[in-house]
Amino acid sequence: MNDANNKWIGKRTIRPDGADKVTGQATFGADTTMPGMIWGKVLRSPHAHANIRSIDTSKAESLPGVKAVITSADVTNYSPEKSVILGIQDMRWMTRNVMAREKALFHGHPVAAVAATSQKIADQACKLIEVDYEVLPWVVEIDDAIKSDAPILHEFIEFEGKPSNIAGTLEHKKGDVQTGFEEADVIVERSFTTRPVHQGYIEPHACLVSVSADGRATIWSSSQGQFMVRAMTSMLTDIPQSSIRAIPAEIGGGFGGKTIVYLEPLATILSKKSGRPVKMVMSREEVMRASGPTSGSKSTVKMGIKKDGSIVAAQGTYYLQAGALPGSPIRGAVGCAFAPYDIPNVHALGYDVVSNRSKVAAYRAPGAPIGAFAVECVIDEISEAIGMDPLEVRLKNAAKEGTQAAHGPVYPRIGYYETVEAALSHPHREIPLGKFQGRGVASGFWFNAGGESSSQVNITEDGNVVVTTGHPDIGGSRASIANITAELLGIDYKRVSVLIGDTATIGYSNLTGGSRVLFASGMAVTDSTEKVIVSLKERAAKIWDIDPEAVDWEDGYARPAGANAGMFDPLSLEELAERATETGGPIGAGSQLNTAGAEGGFATHMCDVEVDIDLGIVRIIRYTSFQDVGRAVHPSYVEGQLQGGAAQGIGWALNEEYIYDSEGRVDNPGFLDYRMPVCSDLPMLDTVMIEVPNPKHPQGVRGVGEVPLVPPLAAIRNAIYDALGIRFYGLPMSPPVVLEALEQGEAAE
Amino acid sequence: MPTVSMTVNGESVSSEVEPRTLLVQYLRENLGLTGTHVGCDTSQCGACVVHVNGKSAKSCTMLAVQAEGSEVSTIEGLADGDTLHPMQEAFRENHGLQCGFCTPGMVMSAIDLVQTNSDPSEHDVREWLEGNLCRCTGYHNIVKSILAGAKAMQG
Repeated sequence: MNDANNKWIGKRTIRPDGADKVTGQATFGADTTMPGMIWGKVLRSPHAHANIRSIDTSKAESLPGVKAVITSADVTNYSPEKSVILGIQDMRWMTRNVMAREKALFHGHPVAAVAATSQKIADQACKLIEVDYEVLPWVVEIDDAIKSDAPILHEFIEFEGKPSNIAGTLEHKKGDVQTGFEEADVIVERSFTTRPVHQGYIEPHACLVSVSADGRATIWSSSQGQFMVRAMTSMLTDIPQSSIRAIPAEIGGGFGGKTIVYLEPLATILSKKSGRPVKMVMSREEVMRASGPTSGSKSTVKMGIKKDGSIVAAQGTYYLQAGALPGSPIRGAVGCAFAPYDIPNVHALGYDVVSNRSKVAAYRAPGAPIGAFAVECVIDEISEAIGMDPLEVRLKNAAKEGTQAAHGPVYPRIGYYETVEAALSHPHREIPLGKFQGRGVASGFWFNAGGESSSQVNITEDGNVVVTTGHPDIGGSRASIANITAELLGIDYKRVSVLIGDTATIGYSNLTGGSRVLFASGMAVTDSTEKVIVSLKERAAKIWDIDPEAVDWEDGYARPAGANAGMFDPLSLEELAERATETGGPIGAGSQLNTAGAEGGFATHMCDVEVDIDLGIVRIIRYTSFQDVGRAVHPSYVEGQLQGGAAQGIGWALNEEYIYDSEGRVDNPGFLDYRMPVCSDLPMLDTVMIEVPNPKHPQGVRGVGEVPLVPPLAAIRNAIYDALGIRFYGLPMSPPVVLEALEQGEAAE
Repeated sequence: MPTVSMTVNGESVSSEVEPRTLLVQYLRENLGLTGTHVGCDTSQCGACVVHVNGKSAKSCTMLAVQAEGSEVSTIEGLADGDTLHPMQEAFRENHGLQCGFCTPGMVMSAIDLVQTNSDPSEHDVREWLEGNLCRCTGYHNIVKSILAGAKAMQG
């Protein structure tokens, strides 16, 4: 599709849900009510680690207004011995996450739930549930969890033949690192830590579930996948998928954190037991204590470089917190860490470590920011050691088409090199810096993803278009789908309505996650729209009594072509819709695809900081993201991904962290003490979109949402070094940490 | 239970409420005005901002009974029929949202800013919005939207 000829792809059209979102009409997870609706509430563990000897719910059940009380006995059990895989999740862990079974594994872990006629009564009922706990020693930090005498969370998890908190490993190898390091002129090895951070979506988890007398469940909830909600709820309640209708609400942010269920199965069971619709809404405190942040980590990265700037060997070891149940994103850390570079010898190893924290959930490029943080910091140091500009080192070692990545694939056409080139020549790089100001750079990679997507494109009787897809729209995907459909049909984008179907009205579609939505649903919608165009041409051919091959579709009209050119007046979409009945009936087509070819995304970020040396505050004064975006179908929402990811990275680097108290409880479960960036913390966030179209996608789309969170952590750390001459090896680089380093005059080099 | 009376989006309302009912609960649950959102419960996020007697207020931090006799306006009361308020239109046109959950609070806060300071600078906007969290946009397009909205409000 030639850019110069595009009418809608690449245009900043008004989003279809814009009016609803600015007028308060949009319906989010907590906004739906039903007649007879009652309120569900979760009772949570007051201990970080405890055996549950017994639960007595009788007093709660007899409280007037209480309609149902449930415990893990009401949730489908899966033996911990055998995996039950659903997508990237394992349901033997999921059943234990939504409701503690043998043990309470973290402070805030659900142990029971109630449904009552008011929120007040539900609160009172929770207090009447008597749980007999045997309190156990607990562990929250990685170093403590991997000690030989650490409290063991799960006796059935073994590592090297013994019960362990190491639940799994992942290794990537390419070449031979020992030989590689022997060739190096300079070798730098450093160790790093990062703290767990929350996705920080502003909308807390919420749902409303109604189970009818014949056992059919309708679920309204805010999630990153209505089909995930249906499948997980089915597996945790034994209600068949065909009897569950999951209706996606508008989603108030997710960033990966809404790719699993917390409340939906509980509300379903409560509704089934009580015979009433049940609404459940988490408080912010519950979100912070008991939904999944991303992992904290410790890592060691060693890299060897020759004086000419070629990186000859790289080794990385990563320990990632899984939370209380296995499943940290080691694949992202280990697989993405070295992925921007063509390094002959690579060894990357990751460990999945359980401890008494809430189970982690996906967070934007899960694991990749952790992997890149260590590598991009070390690259800054090896560049300095050989006296070469860190961007020039990146350019020299940039992965390109044909590079064999350590995590497996041989890259097709990718745009990493172009992101570094763009950074090198950007005016940002020439702006002079003042005292206590510094500039840093870093790069990042994310795999991107394809997978299952369904779409339906219907022409209405008045000649307009309704497109239905199966993906919650988390960042403007409906606007992009409207652009693609309008482009293909050659009509004004305002004539295209884009809807998100529920599990009963559209075919299976995998999660909104992994930067897959526009890649996959763009393909499905293109396929459906092309089928519609074939049908429109056939109908015009029928009306004109000519061969369908002799009809062109152009600018919203069927036109006779070839030998028949000019013989008939063109037929518009409206005219063909009006004559649908006589030409074959309703006009529409669906597609259900398992998409492939979502090639990787790369970015390079440049960041300027100023450090207030009296207060230890690091201020971001300038920020530019350079990213290969494939094709910006809707540039504003692509830029929005780049800006949002950079802002989240700034929070992760500078302020955000989970703080635990001496009892193993989260001590900062709210936005007052868990400090996300506010508007006055940030400058305008500049973006440079580089379009290296993905050759395997009809519009050239690459995923764009994840990569923006990968480079910021190291870019900011490297900028602080440029400002102060102090290298930090842990996050966050918060005011107390920076002040302490300044006071100690701490300089690692 | 006490009775609370106020004007919400120009209409008089009166209901019996539990004394502990928050203004945001009253708006959402009693009046069905679900455009006012709850994000944090502790008055940091600003998703619940409404106007009470013309000034922005966090409705999660006020009891309904404290609004007795007040003029309350919510995001639902801004548009004039099919015509959006200039600040709403500015957010829509400048792509000042991704998920849209923070948007009602942002719009309500921004209007109060412009009523206080008719020609705000980027710095003014950023300082004013400290009590409104957005996690999607990095605030870039929100700031642009508010600067455009401020101009539009001056007509």
